[in-house]
Amino acid sequence: MPDLLPNYDVAVIGAGVVGCALARAFTLAGARVVVLEKAVDVLDGASKGNSAILHTGFDAPEGSLELACVREGYRMYHEIRDRLGLPVIRSGAMVLAWTEEEVASLPALMAQAVANGVTDVSPLSTAEARALEPALSDRVLAGFRVPGEHLIDPWSAAHGYLLQALDNGAILMRQAEVLAGRRSQGIWHLATTAGAVEAGLVINAAGLWGDEVDRRLIGESWFEIRPRKGQFVVFDKSAAALAGHILLPVPTKITKGIVVCRTAFGNLLVGPTAEEQDDREHATLDTATLQALIRRGCEILPALARHEVTATYAGLRPATEEKEYRIRDDLAEGYICVGGIRSTGLSAALGIADHVLGLAKGNWTPLTDPVWPRMPNLSTEGPRDWQAPGHGGILCHCELVTRREVEAALTGPLTAGNMGGLKRRTRVTMGRCQGFYCSAELARITEGRLAQPMLGGEDD
Amino acid sequence: MTEVIIIGAGPAGLSAAMSLARGGVRTLVLDREPEPGGIPRHCAHSPYGFREFHRPMFGPAYARRLAAEALAAGAEIRTLTTVTALHPGGRIEITSPEGSETLTAPAVLLATGVRETSRAARLIGGEKQAGVLNTGALQGIVHLNHQRPFRRPVILGTELVAFSALLTCREAGIKPVAMLEPGPRITARAPAGWLPWALGVPLRLKTRITQILGRSRVERILVDTPDGPDEIETDGVIITGGFRPDAPLVRASHMELDPASGGPVVDPWGRLTDPAYFAAGNLLRGVETAGWCWAEGQHVAGAIHAALKGQLPPPGGARLRIASDAVKLALPQVIVAGAQGRLQLRLARPVRGRLRLAQDGATLLERRIDSLPERRITLPLPQPRGTGDILVTVEE
Ligand SMILES: Cc1cc2nc3c(=O)[nH]c(=O)nc-3n(C[C@H](O)[C@H](O)[C@H](O)COP(=O)(O)OP(=O)(O)OC[C@H]3O[C@@H](n4cnc5c(N)ncnc54)[C@H](O)[C@@H]3O)c2cc1C
Ligand SMILES: Cc1cc2nc3c(=O)[nH]c(=O)nc-3n(C[C@H](O)[C@H](O)[C@H](O)COP(=O)(O)OP(=O)(O)OC[C@H]3O[C@@H](n4cnc5c(N)ncnc54)[C@H](O)[C@@H]3O)c2cc1C
Repeated sequence: MPDLLPNYDVAVIGAGVVGCALARAFTLAGARVVVLEKAVDVLDGASKGNSAILHTGFDAPEGSLELACVREGYRMYHEIRDRLGLPVIRSGAMVLAWTEEEVASLPALMAQAVANGVTDVSPLSTAEARALEPALSDRVLAGFRVPGEHLIDPWSAAHGYLLQALDNGAILMRQAEVLAGRRSQGIWHLATTAGAVEAGLVINAAGLWGDEVDRRLIGESWFEIRPRKGQFVVFDKSAAALAGHILLPVPTKITKGIVVCRTAFGNLLVGPTAEEQDDREHATLDTATLQALIRRGCEILPALARHEVTATYAGLRPATEEKEYRIRDDLAEGYICVGGIRSTGLSAALGIADHVLGLAKGNWTPLTDPVWPRMPNLSTEGPRDWQAPGHGGILCHCELVTRREVEAALTGPLTAGNMGGLKRRTRVTMGRCQGFYCSAELARITEGRLAQPMLGGEDD
Repeated sequence: MTEVIIIGAGPAGLSAAMSLARGGVRTLVLDREPEPGGIPRHCAHSPYGFREFHRPMFGPAYARRLAAEALAAGAEIRTLTTVTALHPGGRIEITSPEGSETLTAPAVLLATGVRETSRAARLIGGEKQAGVLNTGALQGIVHLNHQRPFRRPVILGTELVAFSALLTCREAGIKPVAMLEPGPRITARAPAGWLPWALGVPLRLKTRITQILGRSRVERILVDTPDGPDEIETDGVIITGGFRPDAPLVRASHMELDPASGGPVVDPWGRLTDPAYFAAGNLLRGVETAGWCWAEGQHVAGAIHAALKGQLPPPGGARLRIASDAVKLALPQVIVAGAQGRLQLRLARPVRGRLRLAQDGATLLERRIDSLPERRITLPLPQPRGTGDILVTVEE
């Protein structure tokens, strides 16, 4: 007689920011959750590189599910961030018009913001914009201000959601790519590269592979992922003083356009581009595009020309043939697809998770007194580890990362799986020297401790 | 009470510390690394010490010797201590395993050295994966850890340090597949050129890396060559040279930074725009030999000694302004009549012509030059009349 209870109530496929938020929501709701991630570390897909803006939803399509999830995600982030130790930089944004045509579109954009529930927007003349942002080019014609647009740490947020799930009983399996699955007697039997997993409900949060996971599990997908690459240039911390607000262009139908904004870590970034491609795996940078981004940055903030480039990166958006999120439940089959979370997933993740929890209609008993882990602060907003005694000395000099911080990131249920993961957790090598000073010590400390080692030339 | 704080225990900082301490000045050296010595700590093969100790030495031995001499002279050295901010009048913030604190001294010497330009700052395309290292990182991994980051990397660049990378590779059993130089000739002086040949590493001139590919590790690179685009299979990239002063402390401070050199603006005594601060060594400009930096440490120690006794003239002087795209940098940036020392200059490209320093239309100095970029050029310090700008021009 087969056991009719699966090992898990819910299997979340994919540990991007959306999967992390789903794991948290279902765990706190009382479900036994397993997260299946194919990479050696979490946040290895679309969630690896984004602009890190916590959007209000002011420019989201009216009446869309995306708008509802962004609004709710935004509200929830502010509600829980203090308890999880997640930072917020209340920078506010300015939408800026650089041509007469763009000026003409401002009133409609402001009206849309108000209709979307973002009622505190206010118009800006050139003089008003430049009074608030003295480094702004005098070629700006007009704009409006959206005070609620904020900046966050894109990684500590997702890590925090997942860690809270793990601390409350969820299980994370890495290097566990879901290859196939079949459902019998109400139980999913998933075949993964880390072995078989059983679950009552399967949630596909596979991001850039959402359509592929659909096909593997239910034979077809109702959408097609069309990866859209975004390249960025990050300037030295010295440039961060040039922009208090997030400086947004007037959005077009396909993209929010090239943004100039600070990062939570005190740098200044310019990007992203929006480039369609077929490849879901490789986000390559190219020199000409990076140079064009620098030129655009200098047009917006002329003084930027005097600052050095610290880093460059690219991310892939899991866009589809439609703008809207592709969330669909098939409860009869114990399956929910959370696909096409294109370009607002960081902001919306908590809202999406809440929405999906509602769709699932599980009759679990919510945890009454869940554990609230606290994430280490890496942002400019709070005290950093190096300011407190006992840190063991600074290891990464440019980002002032301590030996104690690195040690913490190499231990615990969410220990880093590779250098990318260690960087996201601590910021080592992400500063201006990009590893000139600290690579040797990192190679020594991480030896034998990363699933995917830092060095590749050792004898095997 | 500490009279002089020195930030950075490399050749420049330790040389100044030794000299000041020998002169009876209470000197405290701070360095963020676990050991003093600076860059030479991990240059295991290189020739150091000719100028200072009159014999060739390996980097680590040279570093230990410098530290030992500073200590023997009576200087105090605190390691694992990072300086995080510079404030007016010689007040600095530090952090160490014990926590954060503020220190003050009548004179502070900055000797924080240089680093190589990263792959990112060069805007090299491709993916971001493990296996792309500067020479500094490579040497630390090989010489300090005895680890091997890759097996068959390419080396980008032909400054002297690229040949140092080549030797490091040889020592670690790493076989570079090529040495690439975007320019038409090797940047380092002639004898270096035989090294890749002797080690069987093909040297490819006029070759630029466009993309470094491989998702988690380097798998191959795409290059632009005189014969068109090409592809090289490799498992690592060593990004060499392109030295920049490590000057974030100065940049974030109240003092002036020179965009041309990347280091602080200094006068002939190595004084910054806040006269409580001095600078020496590679922080002034990328890059000089350790011996040169050591000598700069001696020179500035003398100036600090004089400053402590109130024997330096008040700050100020004529500003040197580069008015030619052929000149990459020139220092000191503040010129004072009667001061001793040499003017240092670097070219941005190969130049054959006449170099002129003029103030208010009058020529202070004129020289024939015929030189290549990244070569050391020194001239006598011009003697200005008054404080009008001194323009540096080149007639080709
Ligand atoms: C350039 C750019 C800028 C952006 N800016 C912002 C912004 O400022 N604000 C904002 O809110 N949003 C922004 N976004 C959007 C946001 O980053 C995405 O919406 C979000 O990261 C999507 O997360 P996800 O969890 O759906 O997908 P992913 O992060 O791709 O996660 C999916 C995970 O599933 C795993 N997986 C795939 N297949 C399998 C399988 N078969 N088995 C197991 N695991 C599998 C993958 O390895 C991956 O880890 C931006 C995105 C980009 C690219
Ligand atoms: C890879 C490489 C190979 C080289 N090979 C040779 C060679 O073969 N022969 C040769 O003559 N020269 C060589 N050089 C150059 C030579 O090493 C340098 O000229 C010399 O070390 C410069 O001395 P310095 O004192 O100016 O700086 P460094 O030696 O760079 O010392 C600077 C010190 O300052 C410390 N520091 C920086 N910031 C702070 C802070 N905020 N708080 C506390 N401490 C700080 C650093 O930890 C470091 O110890 C090489 C350089 C490199 C990078």
